[in-house]
Amino acid sequence: MEKYDRSQRYLKNLEDGQHEIALSTDDLHVAYGSKEAIHGVSLAFERFKITALIGASGSGKSTYLRSLNRMNDNIFGTKVTGKIMYRGLDVNSNDIDVYEMRKHIGMVFQQPNPFAKSIYDNITFAPKRHGERRKAVLDEMVETTLKQAGLWEQVKDDLYQSALALSGGQQQRLCIARAIAMQPDILLLDEPASVLDPISTATVEDTLLQLKEHYTIIIVTHNMQQAGRISDYTAFFHLGDALEYDETRKIFTRPKIKATEDYVSGHFG
Amino acid sequence: MNPRKWDKVATIVLYLISGFIIVVLAFLLLYILISGLPHVTWKFITGRSSSFAAGGGIGIQLFNSLYLLILSMLISIPLSLGAGIYLSEYAPKNWLTNLIRNMIEILSSLPSVVVGLFGFLVFSINMKLGFSILSGALALTVFNLPLLTRKVEDSLQAVHYTQREAGYALGLSRWETVTHVVVPAALPGILTGMILGAGRVFGEAAALIYTAGQSSPPLDFTNWNPTYIASPLNPLRSAETLAVHIWKINSEGIIPDASAVSAGSSAILILFVLLFNFAARYFGNKLYRHLTGARERG
Repeated sequence: MEKYDRSQRYLKNLEDGQHEIALSTDDLHVAYGSKEAIHGVSLAFERFKITALIGASGSGKSTYLRSLNRMNDNIFGTKVTGKIMYRGLDVNSNDIDVYEMRKHIGMVFQQPNPFAKSIYDNITFAPKRHGERRKAVLDEMVETTLKQAGLWEQVKDDLYQSALALSGGQQQRLCIARAIAMQPDILLLDEPASVLDPISTATVEDTLLQLKEHYTIIIVTHNMQQAGRISDYTAFFHLGDALEYDETRKIFTRPKIKATEDYVSGHFG
Repeated sequence: MNPRKWDKVATIVLYLISGFIIVVLAFLLLYILISGLPHVTWKFITGRSSSFAAGGGIGIQLFNSLYLLILSMLISIPLSLGAGIYLSEYAPKNWLTNLIRNMIEILSSLPSVVVGLFGFLVFSINMKLGFSILSGALALTVFNLPLLTRKVEDSLQAVHYTQREAGYALGLSRWETVTHVVVPAALPGILTGMILGAGRVFGEAAALIYTAGQSSPPLDFTNWNPTYIASPLNPLRSAETLAVHIWKINSEGIIPDASAVSAGSSAILILFVLLFNFAARYFGNKLYRHLTGARERG
């Protein structure tokens, strides 16, 4: 891959008072042992927008995303330095209650990972653990979130069936429903459609477009068309750095950096 | 020879080997059942054993085996669950935990007669428990714990890490994720391991000869107070189990129908072990289906 000059990065600054910022990182570094995977990324994510993180495999986009709700904490030997600002708090500091924070910053993973429980229990399990006991509230939560995830019509008669009996696409939409049942502010999605067929992908994309009325969404994707279809902003990652960050339409039509242009036009990656 | 022929030859050889194993197993099983079952009557299963005369039963031995099994599982299931959960979910990967794993491996291959003598020295003599059900249960725990722990750890490890991430991402703590997500998902494997372990314990003799003892005091089946000396539930009484009984009447028994009693006891023992094995398969599969593609409601 081509070398690049860090001084030539173009990162649109959204923290200009014109945009409402939901989450931002300031000089975020992530290292696995002695190997640094993310070399200081500063991005701000606008509220109620979809931001896509694109880049080749190994560019660090997933690593970056997973550090936003500190999922990397669980990987032995990982060190995250720099600031992750959320509602005026640095999420990356030691005195943050990680479990409380993750209620506000939810995540959907690349592989659908429903629990080995019924569809109903998959959605209500975490809210119950967090203290919601009222059956009427839980019932409504199941219906609302499944409708939002575009799954209700298919499973409304099988709510007490095991979630593992669902197809891959249905499982992934269940995982989205499960994540939004927590009513997070921010939803992080790590290539949620990579295991889905085109029809399921289209459904998930529709779901995301509806969800952005209430949620700030940050999505990692390998699929350039997908980024173009659903995102408002796009960040291009390359070798552990965010090289270009701008409105999606600009990234795809008039990128300011050659590496971005090469990537979005399919010259490498 | 070409690959196709090699494949054929290899297939035939593998079939022959498997067939040989199955024939040996089937022969043993049928031999024990055919020579033992004719002696099995209700009176034999429930009757008292006799020291000299013919016509003794195995009722008390059978009860002892079951009671000892329950007691040892009551001790070893919580311990193995705790140890297995620690090793799989909490233990850092370093030399110490690797050492612990190796120790468990070594312990699990310890000959049961050594476990028995160890139990005799530690539980019967040092802890002054004497020849008692409790000594026996503790010795069986030493015998069974390594395998159960290993099985629990393996079953938990088999649960994909994305399940744990799902829990964490919903704001659940590690403990909540382990107890409510990982353990339930691993339950079929854990259950199978526990039941198979029960079968092993049920048929064990060598570890019990020096710990639970080789004699049964007269029991009063009308008094179930565990502190009463002749109570069947008294954990401090000595107790000859079915497997020990078989060993004893064959090595020093003077009853005239020793071979018949021994054959009948063996048949009963085998039937119970088979029962445990089938139960393990049945409940493991049922639970797995319930968790994965269940038709059951609730």
